[in-house]
Amino acid sequence: MKHDFSELRLDHVTRRFAGAGGKAFNALDELTLTIRRGEFIALLGPSGCGKSTALNCIAGLLSLSGGSIWLDQTRIDTLPPEKRGFGMVFQNYALFPHMSVAKNVGFGLRMRGITGADADAKVAHAMKLVQLIGQEHKLPGQLSGGQQQRVAIARAIVIEPPLILMDEPLSNLDAKLRIETRAEIRRIHRELDRATIYVTHDQDEALSLADRIVVMKDGVVQQIAAPKEVYEQPSNLHVARFMGYRNVLELDVAREDGDRIALTGPDIALTGMRKQPLNGRRAAVAIRPDDIVVGGNTGDDNIVVAKVENVEYGGRDSLLDVVTPSGTLLHVRGPVTTARGDSVRVHVPVRRALVYPLD
Amino acid sequence: MTTATPAVARAPFDRALLLVMPAAAFMLLLFIYPFIYGLLLSFNPKNGGALANYTHFFTTDNLWPTIWTTLKLALPATLINVGLALPIAYKMRNKSRYQRWVTTILVVPITLGTVLIAEGMLIYFGPKGWLSQFLQLIHLYTGPIRLTHNFWGVLISLVISGFPFAFLLILSYITGIDPVLARAASTLGADPKAQFRHIYLPLLAPGLAMCFCLAFVQAYSVFPSAVLLGSPAGPTRVISIAAYEAAFEQYDYSLASAIAMIMGFVQLIIVAAVLGLRNLWYRGPVSGGKG
Amino acid sequence: MGGTAKPMNTAGSWFDRAWRGLLLGTMTLFVVNIGLIIAAVATSSFARRWLGTWLPDGWTTTWYTEAWREFQLGSILWVTVEVVFAVVLLALLIGVPAAYTLARRDFPGKRLLLLLFLLPLMVPPITYGIPMATVLYKVQLAGTIYGVILANLVPAAPFVILVMTPFIEQIDPNLESAARVFGASTARMFWHVLVPLLAPGILAASLLVLVRTIALFELTFLTAGSDSQTLVVALYYAVFAAGVRAPQSVDAMAMVYMLVTLTWLLIALRFVNPTQLVSRVKEHPQPAT
Repeated sequence: MKHDFSELRLDHVTRRFAGAGGKAFNALDELTLTIRRGEFIALLGPSGCGKSTALNCIAGLLSLSGGSIWLDQTRIDTLPPEKRGFGMVFQNYALFPHMSVAKNVGFGLRMRGITGADADAKVAHAMKLVQLIGQEHKLPGQLSGGQQQRVAIARAIVIEPPLILMDEPLSNLDAKLRIETRAEIRRIHRELDRATIYVTHDQDEALSLADRIVVMKDGVVQQIAAPKEVYEQPSNLHVARFMGYRNVLELDVAREDGDRIALTGPDIALTGMRKQPLNGRRAAVAIRPDDIVVGGNTGDDNIVVAKVENVEYGGRDSLLDVVTPSGTLLHVRGPVTTARGDSVRVHVPVRRALVYPLD
Repeated sequence: MTTATPAVARAPFDRALLLVMPAAAFMLLLFIYPFIYGLLLSFNPKNGGALANYTHFFTTDNLWPTIWTTLKLALPATLINVGLALPIAYKMRNKSRYQRWVTTILVVPITLGTVLIAEGMLIYFGPKGWLSQFLQLIHLYTGPIRLTHNFWGVLISLVISGFPFAFLLILSYITGIDPVLARAASTLGADPKAQFRHIYLPLLAPGLAMCFCLAFVQAYSVFPSAVLLGSPAGPTRVISIAAYEAAFEQYDYSLASAIAMIMGFVQLIIVAAVLGLRNLWYRGPVSGGKG
Repeated sequence: MGGTAKPMNTAGSWFDRAWRGLLLGTMTLFVVNIGLIIAAVATSSFARRWLGTWLPDGWTTTWYTEAWREFQLGSILWVTVEVVFAVVLLALLIGVPAAYTLARRDFPGKRLLLLLFLLPLMVPPITYGIPMATVLYKVQLAGTIYGVILANLVPAAPFVILVMTPFIEQIDPNLESAARVFGASTARMFWHVLVPLLAPGILAASLLVLVRTIALFELTFLTAGSDSQTLVVALYYAVFAAGVRAPQSVDAMAMVYMLVTLTWLLIALRFVNPTQLVSRVKEHPQPAT
C-alpha cells in the first residue's frame, strides 16, 4: 500500500489481555485518534500505559479486541502486518543477524519484488539519508548501537511507507548519542515528510520531536495536544505529574471564583487556575519548580515563606528544597544564591498554579 | 642501600587450574587412551600383517556389508526424524501450555531407553498385538502384520527413540531465535512462508546440521534394537553387532577394535559431509547473490 | 481504496489448515502409539494368558513375584542403586570443579579441553565403549562393579560439566570478590557462597545424570559381569532369552524397570526443563527483558 494517504484514523481501538490470575484487563481502552499526513505524533507515558500496545495494533502485530483502524476509506485492522505497508523501527532494532547491512535495508524491497539496480539505488539513497555510506557489507554484529539504530531506520524508510512507526528507538543509546540521534530523526522526518508515530516514555523526546503528543495512562488517553500546551496546560493531574510538575499540594478549597480558585493550607494560601471541575472541599495544586520565583513583593498573590532545606547546585539553575513551618515541601528551580538554612520568600504566578480535583 | 628488585612478571600459578585436572585426567585415561590403544591394537591382529584386520573385514561376507546395512537403517531414520521434527518444532515455537505438555511427554521415550521400547514393540507391533488387531478391525489390512524381527521393526524403533531427541534439540534452537525478527520481517512485507524461508531457516541452518549429525551418529550406533527387534543374522546385522561379536564371542579384541574404528570412521565421513554441505549452502544468502 | 473491509482470513488458506492438521495428526499418532506400547507391556505383565486377543484371559500378579525370584531383581536393583549413585557422586566431584574453572578462567588450550569434554557426549557409547571395555578387561576391572561405575562415569562427568557451566556463569563473579574482601579463604568462599548458590544447578545435574545412567545400556553391557549388571542390562538379557522363560515375567521385569525410570524422571522434571535432558547445547540463561 504505497499510496499517500490523508489520514489514519483509530476508532475506539481496544485491546484486552488476560492478566495474572485470569482476570482480563484493557491494555488499550477506546483509543480514538486521527493522524494526518506528514504529522509527527508521540505516544507518551510510563511503562504499561498501552503506548507500545497501540503501536503494535497499528502495525498489525496485535489484533484488536474492539474498534477499528482506517487508512482513509480502507479498513486496515483486518489486514496482516505484511499487507499494511508501514515501516517500523523496533526498540532493539531487530536487525537480521545473518544478513549484511545492505541486505537488511533491502529486505522490504525484496519482499515487494523490487530487485536489481532499482533496489540498489533505493538502498543507497536510504543509506545516504541516515548517513551510513560505507557500511553496506558489514554484518549487524559488527556495528555500534548507534549505527544499528540507523540501519533500522533506513530499513523502515526505504520502502517509502505512508506511515513510520517507532518503538522507543532511543532508549538503548547512551545520553550523548540519544541527543544526536534525536536530531537525526527530526531531520529525516523533515526531509521525508512522512507521518510518524513515535512511542516514548521520555518527555524531552516527545516535546522536541512531536507535532502533537498523546499522553496515555493505563490504556486511556489523558491528553492530545501540541507540545507547548501539554507542557504549560496539562489537562489532568497525571499528565501534570508526568510532565514535571513536581510540586503537588493537597489543600482546602476556600473560594471558587469562576476558574480562579483560592486554596488554603496550614500556613499557605494560594490562588490558582482550575483545569478541571473540582469534586469536593479539597483539591490539588500542581506547580512546576521552574515557575516558582525566589523573592517577590509583599503585595503579590501566592507568597510562601519557607526555610531552605537543601540546595543542589546546577550551574545556571539550582534546585532548592524549601519547607514551610508546617512541613510543606516545595521544589524550586532557578538561579539562586541562597544557602541551606536561609529563610526565603517564594512567589508562584497565579496562572502557573494549576488546580485539579483530587485523584 | 641495596635496591632489591622484587621477583617479577611470572604470573602466579592459578590454583583454579588444579580443579580441572581430575576431570581432564579421567577423560584422558578412560576415553582418549582406550581410543589410541584400540587404534593401535587394530593394527596388531592375532595373525597376519598390520592391516590384516581391515582386509579381513572388507573381505568377509558377514562383515563388510554391515556398513551399508547400518547406513540403510540410519540415514532414512535420521531423515525422518529431522524432517518431522523441524516442521513440528517450528509450529510449536511459541511458548504455550501445549508446548510444555508436548516436550514433557516426548521426554518419556528418551528416558525409557531402547531396550524397553524394543520389548514394548515386540508386543504391540507383533503379529498378534493391538496394532495388528486394530488394522484388521478397520479392515485396513488383513492378516498379521510383519513389523517385528525385521528391518521395519528396527527402523520404527529408531524413529521412536530418535524423533523426540531431534525434536527437543531443534526446539531449543528455534526458541533461541528472537521472535521479534519474524515480526520485523512481517512489517516489511514477509508473509509467514517468507518469514520461515528468509529468517528462520538461515538462522537454523547451523543447528539443523548439528542436529542431523548428532541424530545420525546415534542412529548409526544402533545395537539392542537391532538384536531384539531385528534379525541380527541377516537384514539387520548392523556394524555394532559385528564389533560386539568379535569382542565377546570370538574374543578377538584386535578385530573388534578395528571394526569400532571403521564404525567411527564412517560416522566421521558422514558428519564431515553434512557440515561441509552446510557451510556451502549457508554462506550463500549472506554474501553474494541478488535476492 | 474504497469499499468495505475485507475480512482477514485468520486461519490461512486451506493449505495452511491441512498442514497444521497433518502435523497435529502426526504428533498425536506418535504420542498415542507410545502410550499404547507402554500399555501393552503393562497389560502383558498382569496377564494370565494373552494370545492374540484384545485383552488377556485373566489377570494375575504372579509374574512379578516370579520375575523377582527368577531374575534376582532384588540384587539387581541394589547393584543399579550402587552404580547410579556412585556415578552421580563421582561425576559431581570431578565435574563441578572442572566446570568452575572452565566458566571462570581463560587459559591456553581451553578450547581443546572443552572439546575433550564434549567428545564423549557426541560420540555414541558403543563406538568408544568397545575400546574402553578392552582396556578395562586388560586391567581386570571389567566384570566388576568398579568397572561398570568407571565406564558410566565417562559420559556422566562431561554432562555435569555441560549442565553446570551456564549455572556458574550466571553467578556474578563480584560475589566471590566480595567474599574475599570480607576475609573468606577460597575453601570457605566455595562452601559458604558458591555451593549454596549452585545448589539448584547441582540438583539438576544430579537428577539428569541419574536418569541418563539408569537407562544407559551399551556401556554397562560391555563392561558388566554377571553380578554387576544394572537393571536395563538384565532386562535386555531377559528379553534376549525370552524363548526360555515365560514372556510375561519378562514384561513384569520391564514394568519394574519402567516404574523406576519414570519415577526418577518425574522427580527430575520438577527441577529441570525437559530439553536439558538431551541438550548438548548450553542452556543459555534467559536474558533480562
